[in-house]
Amino acid sequence: MKAIERVQAARSPKRPTAASYIANIFTDFLEMHGDRRFGDDSAVVAGIGRLKGRPVTVVALEKGRGTEEKIRRNFGSANPEGYRKALRQMKLAEKFSRPVVCLVDTAGAYPGQGAEERGQGQAIAENLMTLMTLKTPVISVLIGEGGSGGALALAVADEVWMLENAVYSVISPEGCASILWKDSSKSAEAAERLKLTAEELYGLGVIERVIPEAGEDFGPVYAALSEGLGAALERYSGMTTEELLERRYMRFRRMGGSGG
Amino acid sequence: MVLRKGLFKKPKNDLEGVSWDASGISVPDKTYFSCAGCRRMILTSDLEENLWICPRCGHYHKVPARTRLSWITDEGSFSELFADIEGIDALDFPGYRERLARERAKSGEREAVVCGTARVGGYACAVFVMEPFFLIGSMGTAVGEKITSLFEYAAKKRLPVLGYTVSGGARMQEGILSLMQMAKTSGAVKRHSDRGLLYAAVLTDPTTGGVTASFAMEADVILAEPGALICFAGPRVIEQTIRKKLPAGFQRAEFLLAKGFVDDIVQRDRQKAYLTTLLSLHCEGGPGCEGYRTGTGGALA
Repeated sequence: MKAIERVQAARSPKRPTAASYIANIFTDFLEMHGDRRFGDDSAVVAGIGRLKGRPVTVVALEKGRGTEEKIRRNFGSANPEGYRKALRQMKLAEKFSRPVVCLVDTAGAYPGQGAEERGQGQAIAENLMTLMTLKTPVISVLIGEGGSGGALALAVADEVWMLENAVYSVISPEGCASILWKDSSKSAEAAERLKLTAEELYGLGVIERVIPEAGEDFGPVYAALSEGLGAALERYSGMTTEELLERRYMRFRRMGGSGG
Repeated sequence: MVLRKGLFKKPKNDLEGVSWDASGISVPDKTYFSCAGCRRMILTSDLEENLWICPRCGHYHKVPARTRLSWITDEGSFSELFADIEGIDALDFPGYRERLARERAKSGEREAVVCGTARVGGYACAVFVMEPFFLIGSMGTAVGEKITSLFEYAAKKRLPVLGYTVSGGARMQEGILSLMQMAKTSGAVKRHSDRGLLYAAVLTDPTTGGVTASFAMEADVILAEPGALICFAGPRVIEQTIRKKLPAGFQRAEFLLAKGFVDDIVQRDRQKAYLTTLLSLHCEGGPGCEGYRTGTGGALA
């Protein structure tokens, strides 16, 4: 499968969004709204639930299904209050020693006037800094699109996993093509060059695990995630805070460093 | 240095300002050049004597990293660190190697940030200054590695960090590895911060994208130069998204000050005095950097 086909699959309107994952993987889910600063961003769904009996915090970027919901969710592109809502729930997770599971699916942080006025850059930066030393395990799963800083703000984690057809990139293939060749129709070539597929990112050491997909039936995906997340959270919850944070720091420290 | 094509090119968006263009930045290097602010012909020597501020209209021009270092650091005190770290073409990206070679020739720098230790008004500190004439200060693995290494060094030596940012954002040609530098640098900034040490950043024109959304916005004290464009998404992208014109001055330093995202705007001729006072307020007898005051410190020895 070509890289651009993965991009198309990741963006497909038929693809389940975060809400389906939450419904199929977690029980007792209680959604929590608002950032206590400005408002409630519907592009971010956050709350508490159980994973195999263990209380966990879930933070997800939600694109919505159907036109009406997509508009309400701003197509999964969060404003600063969305990132601040996520951060609030993560800090509560730390307080109550609950692990955090992030589900990432976004074309990117919303490039809007209000978003900039309210500090989109500052909101993302604060998430990166806080997540880097959040004293509880964090696992992020890219379930569809992983668009640049807006995705990374929920993907500073102990492990990052991707679904087989998810993509993760510093820039969209269209954006890359228009800068490189002044021609956004060359996005297929840009997609190849950017190395944004799960398989390639696994090869680059940027993610720990690729979750296989089986066409339109996501049942096996939910089952694999439920099992996998359960086991991973068990493992990370057994670590001392010091060990956990040192591992997380080094996970990113080695990327693009002198150590390769 | 070569006069770049595009010096007289009109910007694609008025809010981006004349001198910022994705294809590169013009270095004033001939006897005269056209000021980006007032479009009048200015003697280059007049500009340089005036801290690279147009003597006619007051427009702040971009400044090479080492020129800034000479303004800010005490004479002879700068000692460069991590100078041999440079961008690598890990993704075999089309044209990137050639681009790196061109940017090196143009700027005289090996990468888009210069790091080291220095004294500022007598106070020992770690400093980084990003280079606008090297790929608009974009952050790839080398910039991420140098910034991270500097904060780690400063944490170990208990030094405050002063940084000047200028950046087009994450460097596309290094793909996902550039994005990861946002997390990596943020981790190092946090560790430095958790040791009770000061980090002050001066945001200069333009500071955008992945640098804004990481170490630029993570400083304890965030300052900006007058008129600097400071944003996550650039005005052109926003206007394309919302399909309307943005108000004049949107995302400029004065706008960020009004919105509460920078602590103050400091003119170039006041920056060294400002930073010296700031360091004195954090370093004199404080637990942060005891022993590193004028004349006492082994930190730079």
